[in-house]
This record gives sequence, C-alpha cells and structure tokens, in this order.
Amino acid sequence: MMPHLADGFTSPTFEYQLLAPMLIVFGGAIVGVLVEAFTPRGPRRTVQVALGLVTLVVAFVVLLAVTRPKLGDLAASGTVAIDGPAVFFQGTILVLALLSFLLFVERGVDSAGDAFTPSGATIPGSASERELVAARVSQTEVWPLALFSVGGMMLFVASNDLLTFFVALEVMSLPLYLLVGLARRRRLLSQEAALKYFLLGSFSSAFLLFGSAFLFGYSGSISFTGIYDSLSSGVGLDPLLLIGTGMVAIGLFFKVGAVPFHSWVPDVYQGAPTPVTAFMAAATKVAAFGAMLRIFYVALGDYDWNWRPMFWVVTILTIVVGSILAITQTDIKRMLAYSSVAQAGFILTGVTAASDSGLSSTMFYLVAYGFATIGAFALVTLVRDGTSEATHLSRWAGLGRRSPIIAAVLSLFLLSFAGIPLTSGFIGKFLVFEAAVNGGATPLVIVGAIFSAVAAFFYVRVIVLMYFSDPPDDAPSLALPGAATTLAVAVCAAGTVALGVVPGPVIDLAQEAAAFIR
Amino acid sequence: MNDFPVLSILGLLPFAAAVVVGFLPHGRELLAKQIALVVSLVMLALTVAMAISFEPNAAEPFQFVEKTPWIEQFGISYALGVDGIALVLIAMAVSLGPVVILAGWNDADDNERHRPQTYFALLLALLGTIVFVFAATDLFLFYVAFEVMLIPVYFLIGMFGRGQRTYAAVKFLLYSLFGGLLLLAALIGLYVVSARELGTGTFDWTLLAGMPIDPDTQKILFAGFFFAFAVKAPMVPVHTWLPDAAASATPATSTLLVGVLDKVATFAMLRMVIPIFPDASEWAAPFVVTLAVISIVYGALVAIGQTDMYRLIAYTSVSHFGFIILGIFAFTEIGGSGSVVYMVAHGLSTAALFLVAGFLVKRRGSSLIPSFGGVQRVAPLLAGFFLVAGLSSLAMPGLASFVGELTVLIGSYQRWPVAAVIAVIGIVLSSLYVLIMYQRVAQGPETENVKGMRDAVPREVVVFAPILALTLAVGIFPKPVFDVVNPAIERTYSFLQVAPVEPEVPVGDVTTDGAATDGEDS
Repeated sequence: MMPHLADGFTSPTFEYQLLAPMLIVFGGAIVGVLVEAFTPRGPRRTVQVALGLVTLVVAFVVLLAVTRPKLGDLAASGTVAIDGPAVFFQGTILVLALLSFLLFVERGVDSAGDAFTPSGATIPGSASERELVAARVSQTEVWPLALFSVGGMMLFVASNDLLTFFVALEVMSLPLYLLVGLARRRRLLSQEAALKYFLLGSFSSAFLLFGSAFLFGYSGSISFTGIYDSLSSGVGLDPLLLIGTGMVAIGLFFKVGAVPFHSWVPDVYQGAPTPVTAFMAAATKVAAFGAMLRIFYVALGDYDWNWRPMFWVVTILTIVVGSILAITQTDIKRMLAYSSVAQAGFILTGVTAASDSGLSSTMFYLVAYGFATIGAFALVTLVRDGTSEATHLSRWAGLGRRSPIIAAVLSLFLLSFAGIPLTSGFIGKFLVFEAAVNGGATPLVIVGAIFSAVAAFFYVRVIVLMYFSDPPDDAPSLALPGAATTLAVAVCAAGTVALGVVPGPVIDLAQEAAAFIR
Repeated sequence: MNDFPVLSILGLLPFAAAVVVGFLPHGRELLAKQIALVVSLVMLALTVAMAISFEPNAAEPFQFVEKTPWIEQFGISYALGVDGIALVLIAMAVSLGPVVILAGWNDADDNERHRPQTYFALLLALLGTIVFVFAATDLFLFYVAFEVMLIPVYFLIGMFGRGQRTYAAVKFLLYSLFGGLLLLAALIGLYVVSARELGTGTFDWTLLAGMPIDPDTQKILFAGFFFAFAVKAPMVPVHTWLPDAAASATPATSTLLVGVLDKVATFAMLRMVIPIFPDASEWAAPFVVTLAVISIVYGALVAIGQTDMYRLIAYTSVSHFGFIILGIFAFTEIGGSGSVVYMVAHGLSTAALFLVAGFLVKRRGSSLIPSFGGVQRVAPLLAGFFLVAGLSSLAMPGLASFVGELTVLIGSYQRWPVAAVIAVIGIVLSSLYVLIMYQRVAQGPETENVKGMRDAVPREVVVFAPILALTLAVGIFPKPVFDVVNPAIERTYSFLQVAPVEPEVPVGDVTTDGAATDGEDS
C-alpha cells in the first residue's frame, strides 16, 4: 500500500536499476535543454541529434541489460511497476522512437532542410520566417521535446498509481502538442492541427483526471493495487466506480483514437510534420494501449464483467467507422490516419479479451503495427510536389513504374495492415482474434473479419493506383531518401516480413512478458 | 518413407526462380522465359518421380511427409504431405505449368507498362503457392498459402490483363479476401475448440479430422469454411467475380485461375470440411446440393447467352463446379472419386479452351464471338483444336470429362436422385453452348474478319498436344487415377455417419468407358 499522508513521512525508495532507462531518457532531455541554451547555433543541431540518438540507444541497452533481468518489482515506493509488460512496452517504445528519430534527422528529401520549420514562433509567410529559412536555421528544440515525450510514454506504461499515470500522460502529451505544430510546409494546417490536438487532448486529460478522482473516491487509494484490493473486497455496483471507470476509459480511448473519440486523428495526422505523425501513430499508440491494459487489467482486473460491454461497443464502432471512413479519403495521410483508427479497433479486440492471451496478442500487434506505420509514413515523405509532400492519392498513380522499390515496400506495409499472410499484420490479427474467441468475444471477431475485408479495399486501392494506373503528366518528383530514412524503412520492412514469417520468438517474448504484477 | 523433402523443393523452387527471374535486367526477357520453362519442367519431372513412388494403399493418410514446428506457441507447424487426391491435383497443376508458360510466351512482350520478367516471376510464384496449398497438412499453413495465392493472381490480372483489368483484379481480390477472412475466423474458432477437446490447440489435420465437436459449434464453423470455399469454387450466387476475372486476364492466367486455383476450394471441401465437420456436412448437404444444381443449370444457361468467349468459358466452369460439388456431397465413393477425376478433367478442358481461345483472340484482337466466323477455312488446325477443346468440355465419351461427369452422376443419383436428374439438363445445355460457339466462330463461309488468319504455329501445337494427350489418357484409361484417389476418398467419407448407399445401377455398365475400376473397390 501507498504510505498514507496521515501516516507521517516515510522517505521514498528508489530502485535505480529498475528506473534507469527512464532516468536516462529524462536526463537526456534535460541535457538537451541545456544544449539548447549553451551551445552555439553552428554545431547545435549535430549535438542534439547525437544526444537524442545516443540517449535512446543507451536507454534501450540498459533496459535489456540491467532492468530486464530484475523485472517483477514495484519501484519508487510502489508508484511504478517494472514488470514484463512494462519492460516489453518500454523496449517497443524505444525502438519505435529510434526509428522515428531517424526520420526526424532526414534533411535530404526537402531541399530546404528537415521536416521542421526553422522557428515555430515566426508567423507563416512572414519576412522573418524567410530570413531564417534562407539562413538554413533548424528548430533544434524538437529533440529534447521528443525525448521528454518518449520518457513520458515509458512512464505511462509503467505507472502503477493514478497520479503517476496522469503526470506521465501529460509529460507524454505536452511535447507532442508542440511537435505537431512545427511543420516546415503548410504551416497553417500544422498549427491548426496542433491547436485542435491540444484542445481536445486537454479535454480528454480532464476526463481522465476526473475519472481518477472518482476511482480514488471509491477505493480510498490511488494505487492500482489498492483499487484492485478494494474491488476484491466485494463491493457491488458503486456509481463512483462506474463513473470513474467510464471517464478513465474515455481519456484513454481518446489517446488511442477509438471511435467516437477519434475526430482529432485525421486532422492531426495530416497537419503534423510527417515524421512526427509516424512517431505519434506508432509510439503514442503503444504507450496509450500499454497504459490502458495496465489500468484495466490490474486495477480493474476483477471488474471486467462491467467494463467489457463498453469495450465491445467501442471496439465494434472503431472497426466499422474507421474502415468505412478510410474508404472515402483522398489524401494518403488522412487515409493512413483512418486506417490507424481501424487498426486501433483490431487492437481493442485483443484488449477486450481480458486474459493473458489478450495481453500478449495486443503486445505483438502493437509491435507489428508500429513497424508498418513508421515505414508507411516514412515513404509518404518521399513523394513530393515541388517542395511539399504530394499527399493527394491521385498523385501516387503509376508510382510502381516510376519507382518500383518505393511502391513495392509501401505495398508490403499496406498488405500487412490488410492482414495478408506472411506479413506481421496477419499474425497480429490472428493472435488478437484467437484471444478474443478464447475470451468469449466471437461476435467481435466476426465483425473484425468482415471489416478487415472492407479495410482491405482501401489498402488495395492504393496498390491499384501505384501499379495499374498511368502516372499523371505532371507526376510528383521522388525524393531520394537519405541514409537515415533508408535505414528506418529497411528496418521496418525487415521487421514486417520477419514478424510475418518467423513470429515465434516475438510471440514467446510477449507471452513470457504477459504477466502484470499487482 | 523417404527423407528427401520433395514437396518443399517442389514448392520453393518456383519461388526461388521467381525471385531470380523478377530481378533479371532489361534485355534478358528471353532468358526469363527460358528459366521459367526449365523450372516448370523440372517441377514436372519431380512430380512424375513422386507419383511413381507413391503407394496408393498405404496405411498412413499422407506420404512424403515433412514436419517442422513453425509457431510452436499455437501448435502450428510447417507440415506437408499428400494423399491420393492432393497428388492427382498437384500433378495436374504441375503438368499445366510448362503449358501455360509456353502459351503465354509472348503475352507480356507488347505490354508497355510492365516487363515480361515480372509476368513470368508471377506465374512461377503462383505455381509455388499452388503446390503448398495442396500439400499443406497443417490448416494454418494451408490458410497462409490460400491467401498468399491471391497476390500473384491479383497482379497478373491487374498488370497484364486487358479491358477492365483493374476492376476485375480488385473484385477478385475482395471477394476472395472476404471469404478468406471468414475462413480465418472459423479457423480460429476451430483452434479454440481443439484446445478444449485435445488439451492443446492444434492446426494439424491428422488431429483435427474426426475430432468430436459439439453439433451447434460444428454448424457455425462449417458455415465459415464453406462460405470461403463457395466463393472460391465459385458457386452461384457468389460467382460473379469469375467471369470478370477470366475476361480480363491473359489466357495463361485464366487457365491457372479457373483450371487449378479454384480446385483448391473443392479440394478443401474433401480434405477439410467433410472430415472435420462430418455432422454439419451431412446436415447441410441438401442445401449444398441444391446450390450445386442451381450452379449447374444457371451457369450453363448463362453461358449460352454470352458473346465473349472468355466469359462463356468462365460460365461453363461455374456449371462444371456445380457437378464437382454435387459429386462431393453425394457422400458415395463413386461420386467422390468421380468428382476428383472431374476436377482433373475440368482443369485440362478449361486449359484447352482458354488457351485455344487465347490463340484466336491474339490473332483477331477481340474476344467477341461475332468478330469471328469461318475460322475453319483459314486456320483448320486451330479450328480443330478449338473443336476438340469444346468437345472435352461437353464431356464427349473418350475424353476425360466424360468419365468424371458420368461417375459423378452415378454417385449422386444413389443419394440425391432428383438432383442428379436435374443435373443432367446441364449436360444437354453444355452441348448447346459449346457447339453454338464453335459454329459461330469456326464454321460457315470465311468472313472478312478472319481473312489472312494464320494457322497454328509450332509453339501452339506444342502447347495443345500435351493437354490433348492427357485428356485422352484419362478419358480412355482412368484406372490409375481412380486407383490413387479411391483410398483417399474412402478415408474422407469414413468420418461420416451416413450409411453407404448400395449401388442401384449395375456398375458393369460403365466398363466400356473405363470407369469400372470403381467397381473393384465396392
């Protein structure tokens, strides 16, 4: 139990070995802020890039070498749980973040520099903006911001009480709101997206916080363990508990982009700089699902007969609405956004199973989904009209003939989203469906299967465009990816194929890790 | 029996070749074609070797067995093996391999969008998936092959087809995916049931066949499996993708698609649906038989009304698949064996029809029947091929289809007399659609349309000869095929509760046509 305030002050314990990866990431972010203040403009970007990448790599190595062998303990006086799922999700987040960072680094595809505006504070189209562009200035704050967000995500999936949970959510989200608004091209769209994301995001955070208060009111404890204990002491249908559960769920549904809390997804995914979109779509989703699994499986684990009906409804809505709306999209970023909504529905199918296999299948699906998502968005950055990305689908016609490799790799990711065998997406779908059938949610699987076919339609449509149509006369130029983007895409493609052909080791990892501690 | 992984080699060799062929540089088109042809011939040689060492009456269900764990957590293994039915179907598919490659030799040469290398790589990849889909004894592996098979066909239609190729390719893919995803749901259901029944979940056919499943669950799972296979087969009313696909694809693609790929569905009904869901199969049989009869008559009637040769051939296949499914769900050994022979015969006759029609269309630039007339005067050999292909399709005695059709009808008459009688209408109609088409295309005075048409070139003769030889061989002396198939069919139906029907028709009647070998088993 948490030391209660009335019990007097107990000095908190810190298990540094368990917390080290998070501390490294946060430390890296703080050093990044200092670099921002004290390094001259010339080498600043180089230093930030190196700091960001090194921080992630070191954190990952420490996670594997130091934390993983010791997992299974509560840390920081019970506020953080470093158990199997936490380490698995933290590792996933670090890998996905590293891949996204590679896209952040890329300066080769846009003639003016990286994907970020030289200064978010200048007015779009103003003279000062033009000056900064001409001077090839970079907005290097991107790096510490992204590191803070990664740290928040890592804490989010490991938090074991309601306060840590909320703080982690904010640490993860606030930098994202900023990052979304920093696009170099189409800045007004980007700023609009940032504002929308911020407003809706804070609204949902408020729901989550309010729900947490209700849960505290019901159980008298902010720790997940405490909530679980108070549930098992056998209280019935308490309105506090019911409202609290619902409101916390709303906050999390918003973060994962589940219907009916998805309306921000297409606007934000479209407006954000594409590398940030990739980062958000992959890493944020992992973090949000990780946290969702923890609060619903740990704190509310014995309450599943009450939250599962809500999940059923949201899952079906998410799959149906996401798939159908994706069909009507004409912009590839919006299409991928709706596709990620539909994918969230498939992942929710696994969550709804409320079992160990539900947990492990969701974990696998998130890894598979993360790789394919980052890869797909990375390819979006390469097809360009003059200076900005050519995101209208009609501009992608005939790409298969002009750039067979880009088209082939994008097809691979799309087929994985569609769940075609020998790609990671198929195994993921198989696992979550299996978990759901086992958990008594067969109707969800049938809906999922039918709408997988609907979803396949819009994935296939892109393939049709790329291979079976003629390119437009003023076909967009194809940027040659730099080493960083190439590496990221190659890793994503290799991951997508490997997880589809030999998924055994990762399934093993997920199954071994799939045990929460309370 | 022997440790040589012949099935893996048979399946993986074309994939390896596809990669090589696909990456050949510009200017090496001829080499691509040669590699494809040689690989398909090597596959044929391997299959012949396999067929020779196959023991039809072995006690174990599968031979040439290979098994390696794949995803152990879910009891999934890379398990291959063939029984008589699979062997016969693989042999048919692999025999058609060199034929379609030769027939499609110049298909992609004047395609300005895509290279011949891609075309032949896709054909090879398709051949590889076909081997896996027939040889998989693990249901998960089967499903993987079943779905992956769609990808090469999709690109073959979409990239190298004509007319509404995009529409046809997408329609084909979506119909198949829709069926396939329901199959996936049912497969997962089956896995969960197997975990409850057997302790650990499995996809291994040898454990699943005959596993007790509660009747209601069985019906639901049966519905998932059957729907997927009905789309694939295709049965009325989920057949509409086939004419579109066949009309847009190249003849070589259509041959593999209609002649071989769709057999996966009827094969899977015998291999999976009946042994794993015997009670539900019996329960649903009247419904299935009704659909089959509707397919037979409707497919034939619609075929008569077609003006496009490819669409006509596609509709004849809808009718013929009705026969095959009728034979399978007759639950008599003679009907079951007959349906397998019919699968082979239909593969051959469809190949002949599509490929010869393709030769004609290539010369004329149109697949519409009215744009021909009097071909016989200018190209007698080609017209002769066309006639023989047509006769094979209408089940002329002495040709393979006759054996299949007759045994299917005998077998199904014993269990479903009314259905069998109605199905006979299909035979009558088949003479109509074939002969009317032949008459309009080939007979009559030479028309302006066909003036100067070249007769068959040597390559085309080489394409047609082996099909004709096989059709005649199976038509005149089907005993080897029945010998190989009968034990497997017997095993398939042994899972059923239904009482065997004593033959009411003296089996001796069919002796003259060689189908009497069935009598030896009964």
